[in-house]
Amino acid sequence: MTAMLEVRGLTKHFPVRRGLLRRVVGHVQAVNDVSFDVNEGETLAIVGESGCGKSTIGRTVLRLVEATDGSVRLDGEQILNLSTDAMRDMRRKLQIIFQDPFGSLNPRMTVAETLAEPLLLHGLATPDTVDDKVTELLRTCGLSRFHAQRYPHEFSGGQRQRVGIARALATRPRLIVCDEPVSALDVSVQAQIVNLLQDLQAQFGIGYIFISHDLAVVRHIAARVAVIYLGRIVEEATAEALFAAPRHPYTLSLIAAAPRPDPTIRDGTEPVQGDAPSALAPPSGCAFHPRCPMAQEVCRTERPELRALGATRVACHFAEEVVPETVAIQTTPTAPSLQRRLDVLQSAALKKQSAT
Amino acid sequence: MKMEEVDIGTTTEPLLKVEDLAVEFHVSGTVQRALQGVSLTLQRGRTLGLVGESGCGKSVTSLSIMRLLPQPPGHYAGGRIVLEGRDLLSMPERDMRVLRGGRIGMIFQEPMTSLNPVYTCGEQIVESLTVHSGLSSKAAMDRAVELLDLVGLPSPKERAHDYPHQLSGGQRQRVMIALALANDPDLLIADEPTTALDVTIQAQILDLMTDLRERTGAAVLLVTHDLGVVAQTCDDVVVMYAGGVVEQAPTKALFADPQHPYTIGLMAAVPRIDTTVDRLSTIAGSVPPPWVKIDGCRFASRCPLADDRCRSAVPPLREIGPDHAVACWRAPIEETTV
Repeated sequence: MTAMLEVRGLTKHFPVRRGLLRRVVGHVQAVNDVSFDVNEGETLAIVGESGCGKSTIGRTVLRLVEATDGSVRLDGEQILNLSTDAMRDMRRKLQIIFQDPFGSLNPRMTVAETLAEPLLLHGLATPDTVDDKVTELLRTCGLSRFHAQRYPHEFSGGQRQRVGIARALATRPRLIVCDEPVSALDVSVQAQIVNLLQDLQAQFGIGYIFISHDLAVVRHIAARVAVIYLGRIVEEATAEALFAAPRHPYTLSLIAAAPRPDPTIRDGTEPVQGDAPSALAPPSGCAFHPRCPMAQEVCRTERPELRALGATRVACHFAEEVVPETVAIQTTPTAPSLQRRLDVLQSAALKKQSAT
Repeated sequence: MKMEEVDIGTTTEPLLKVEDLAVEFHVSGTVQRALQGVSLTLQRGRTLGLVGESGCGKSVTSLSIMRLLPQPPGHYAGGRIVLEGRDLLSMPERDMRVLRGGRIGMIFQEPMTSLNPVYTCGEQIVESLTVHSGLSSKAAMDRAVELLDLVGLPSPKERAHDYPHQLSGGQRQRVMIALALANDPDLLIADEPTTALDVTIQAQILDLMTDLRERTGAAVLLVTHDLGVVAQTCDDVVVMYAGGVVEQAPTKALFADPQHPYTIGLMAAVPRIDTTVDRLSTIAGSVPPPWVKIDGCRFASRCPLADDRCRSAVPPLREIGPDHAVACWRAPIEETTV
């Protein structure tokens, strides 16, 4: 069985030009030999810190950035060498949601115009039916038809992201690349958007590539997780396995560094030292070795290949020896009084709803 | 005010007291109430977290304490901000300038915009030291290198000659902290100090801040939207919503026993890295815009427990446990409340 989306050996190097003649003086190795699958109705999260190349992976898959090497197949069809015309059709099936919908929505177009454009362009609606389709899309995304005639600046951040989602959804895509879709939102709004994305996936069977730096959101939304460090996958596993038994020291340090919203768990572990290295001059051997507490001589000289360890894929010479401190992977129940009061609020909300 | 006058035995005069602060913005003929009746107390050597979502007034509160609110359109409409017995709101700007960078150190979210790009990191610290502490420039440079070392910048002597753009985001924030600590401040105000940083760098900076607080004894006012950061670093918390304080408590008490429906909703909406839920809990509706005049509780329009009293009268902040106060008519919320 082949997956809906198959990415193999995806590589993107950006040339760096300097001087009067704009000579190429080096390459930023943004993405290196990245392979993964996304199944229908599944969420694969791509996580990592700023500059690790996670956004470039998403954009290269959509050909918003042309890959240097590799292959991307959607339902078996190679898309990296499609002609411009063929690619336009393909874009109907591949969509993207950006972090900042304000930057990605045309400020001079009403929401109705923004949503109608892809519908008409791809022949998914006629001028007679387009209004109804737009209304339906808005409803699906938790907005009403009263929002249709408004401009992006009239919306709050959360509503704008709903418009961004409706726009991506308009063409009935197979796959949506969600590039930090909730990072700019407040938590209460973030929860609404995360729930909406999950509902849409259940309803339409869309596959998501969910790009994020926030491991807590990722744990909640993703079935599988790929951790990126300096343009390469260093670990890939199901969300369950990754958080219960991280195999790469970098994954472990990411999990340990996330501040727990619970003052009774204050772990005394030392955070990983130093900054991420530059993709212009990646370190020899394992790219993580200058910051890795477990690094040995071999890590400096030999780059570890991504290999299978149980159901996990990991690129570390000493993956078998990674022992997470219990604090990092400990699960904590919700505080009993929080849960109790939340139940009270929720039952009051239900009562109120049924009364109206 | 009444609450603070009750002497709880060992408490001394707090370092900072904000009493009933009201701030308005006058924008094209309308009055927007950014803060209404905000009170908080910060004791020496403690870290107080000011937490809430965008637009709740947490940054306006911290800017007000530094008197950095742009006036106009900003306008202090009432209340007092007392630092060691002196009311900052009636202080002449000249004295205020002595306080800022002196007794009050400041750390902002984006060090790239708060550090001067045309001076080296060392020069900026030297300037602060010569202006506030009257050191000679030679002594100030030595002290600057010492400070850069204190905040964990590798090879501080060389870095002192670097310009801000030559450093990484985490290193810039370390320079910002060194600058804030230059004149041994009593009060450190940190407004979203780690929000722009990656999570591993955030962990380093939070560790550094905790460590420095212990060493210098400065009190810290930490403004953040992140409940995780609050839980890991603060002794006490003030939760703000739509320009007012809805709950305040010692951190452990707040997380173990949240009382305000907004606090409860906020805590339940945060996805957690250490547990899984089927569906995230949300807070229905959205924050009322600041130009809407609201008679009762500002959270009433989103609160499932709101009744007529909530919609007509502002709930006062009242004590519900040791040092734990909540502004809610319906608290404590128990099964019988519905």
